[in-house]
Amino acid sequence: MTRKQLGIPYAVFLICFVIAPLLVVLYYAFTNGEGYFTFANFIRFFTDQNTIGTLFYSLALSLCTTAVCLLIAYPTAYFLAQSKIKRKAVLLGLFIIPMWINFTLRIAALKEILTLIEGNLAFHPFLNSVVGMTYDFLPFMILPLYTTITKIDPSLGEASRDLGATRWETFTRVTIPLSLPGIISGVTMVFLPAMTNYVVLDMLYNSTYIMGSLIGSYFSAYDWNSGSMISIVLLIIIFLVTWATGGFKDEENARGALL
Amino acid sequence: MHRIIAAAGALCMTTVMSGAFAGEVKAANEKVILRVCNWEEYVDLGEWDEEEVIDLESGDIFGENSLIEDFEEWYLETYGVEVEVEYSTFGTNEELYSQLTLGDVYDLVCPSDYMIMKLMSENKVVPFTEDFFDENDEYNYYVKGVSPYINDVFWSNEINGEAWGKYAAGYMWGTTGFVYNADEVAGEDVKTWDLLTNSDYFRQVTVKDNVRDAYFPTLAILNKDKLLNESFINSENYSEELSALMNDTSDGTIERAEAKLKEIRANVYAFETDSGKADMVSGKILASLQWSGDAVYAMDQAEEDDVYLYWEVPDECTNLWFDGWVMLKAGVDGDEAKQKAAQAFINFLSRPDNVVRNMYYIGYTSSISAAEDGRVYEYVEWLYGAEDDEEEPAEYPLGYFFTGNEDDEDYVLFTRKKLPPSP
Repeated sequence: MTRKQLGIPYAVFLICFVIAPLLVVLYYAFTNGEGYFTFANFIRFFTDQNTIGTLFYSLALSLCTTAVCLLIAYPTAYFLAQSKIKRKAVLLGLFIIPMWINFTLRIAALKEILTLIEGNLAFHPFLNSVVGMTYDFLPFMILPLYTTITKIDPSLGEASRDLGATRWETFTRVTIPLSLPGIISGVTMVFLPAMTNYVVLDMLYNSTYIMGSLIGSYFSAYDWNSGSMISIVLLIIIFLVTWATGGFKDEENARGALL
Repeated sequence: MHRIIAAAGALCMTTVMSGAFAGEVKAANEKVILRVCNWEEYVDLGEWDEEEVIDLESGDIFGENSLIEDFEEWYLETYGVEVEVEYSTFGTNEELYSQLTLGDVYDLVCPSDYMIMKLMSENKVVPFTEDFFDENDEYNYYVKGVSPYINDVFWSNEINGEAWGKYAAGYMWGTTGFVYNADEVAGEDVKTWDLLTNSDYFRQVTVKDNVRDAYFPTLAILNKDKLLNESFINSENYSEELSALMNDTSDGTIERAEAKLKEIRANVYAFETDSGKADMVSGKILASLQWSGDAVYAMDQAEEDDVYLYWEVPDECTNLWFDGWVMLKAGVDGDEAKQKAAQAFINFLSRPDNVVRNMYYIGYTSSISAAEDGRVYEYVEWLYGAEDDEEEPAEYPLGYFFTGNEDDEDYVLFTRKKLPPSP
């Protein structure tokens, strides 16, 4: 067995479950019901104010969720990584353990808690959606941040202080730039799912419509073409996000942070 | 790369060989494989607790084994042919349809009304054989037991000039209406579909998140005045006109419906797929558009917490929905043994004791009334009938369902269910 042969299972997996489905999606996105090549699916999407509205609503929801996740996760990961306590793993575990509990159960519980606080969920659809998504995706933000920040050499911070920088300057000019790969991979792991994971919203109470819901409703009307087209639109958006944040450049670091 | 191809080739070989092997077995034993696809939790799977026995006067009814196993046994005993049911389930009509388009093959499936119509119009189903309708055959439980009311619906509606009844056999049925909390919602408010846009109940009502159950009440709201108009109701072609009105999908109507649906959306709590029942029971909402079977479930659940919910079908009109068995062309076509087994399966599920088992287990109402046998009505009385000392029992005339005669005095159910308090 050579090392190359060891990669075969993964290659087969990749071909069957990533590349082949992607080709199918591409085929459907650019054809109509009769199988002829067309751009009509895209034109319809970008000229209909309802679908465009859904796109912007999802983007707003996704941006808010990502921002809230980052605001909560960064300080958490930072203090966790910097703290002198011995059992950091236990602390980190506290953030991971909720993920061991079934997703359905967690969202059902969240629904009850939110109802208790707000009385009637239907009055704050956007807020509830952000809370639900944040609740679901927070660990995906904390983990890569924590891994990256622990890897930062403490002597770099000490050097910065020795050279006269304040604590705040050290944080903004040394720690944050060095933890960028973690931020990027955290953002990537939260941003796209937050645009499509409509199951969270359906379970909280179904009154908001995001891109995932749109795909779902096209599929349930047997319109594979429009549904696939939206998947392609999302694919392009995430590509742009990754490219803009420089996710393609620093591959090794980003991958390290992911793991 | 050629290794991968070789591996793929080997895989193909095994498939071919196992296929050939299966063929041989079939020839040797003449065992019939029946592939059935049904809704989730839509058949009695047995294993009841002992105290669950239904003690009717005509004898106990008890679900020991799954009805599927019972059918295999019964078929062997009755017809001397071994049958194996490959039973699978689906979650929504659309899911079933996608499975079919993606190449899954079934012999017998149980979709809802509109999906049966779609399958019929696409020529994907095969009609029942003449034997199925022979009332002299003692094992033809379906044709002998089906409710005249349901039967009439099945034979008076057509797709491409062919009656539904030729292709489909009713399984469960019900209506659409509102489950509501009578302490908070006034009785007359739930008597109209307008409840969905009634701002007195802002963010307190749910509606279903699917085309059939959202479009129809919208049309009922748009046409409210006409639907409640005496001369329209008493007109000669009432049912045809009503059906045309409520199934109108012209562009203009769709546009008006879209505007109305947006109004509904701005007023209701949510468009829900499954959470409405639980939200009703836990008191998050005051009223919920539901199918009758789910309504019973919600009402029973609430009763356990000493909360009493009520059911009302609005006056304008309602949607009669049903699920029915159809045989698929891709599965049974040309295979007489399969077709016979599929029809026997429907008949077995229509045997009165099995009907009662299913109704008890699933909670929905069967399309089988079996008036001659009497056990179905006995069960309804057993479940809902008033105690002898009930002071003011409510009357429910059920003759329309059991004998087709609305005024049949033998089928007036006196029930212990309390009527909603008058506001």
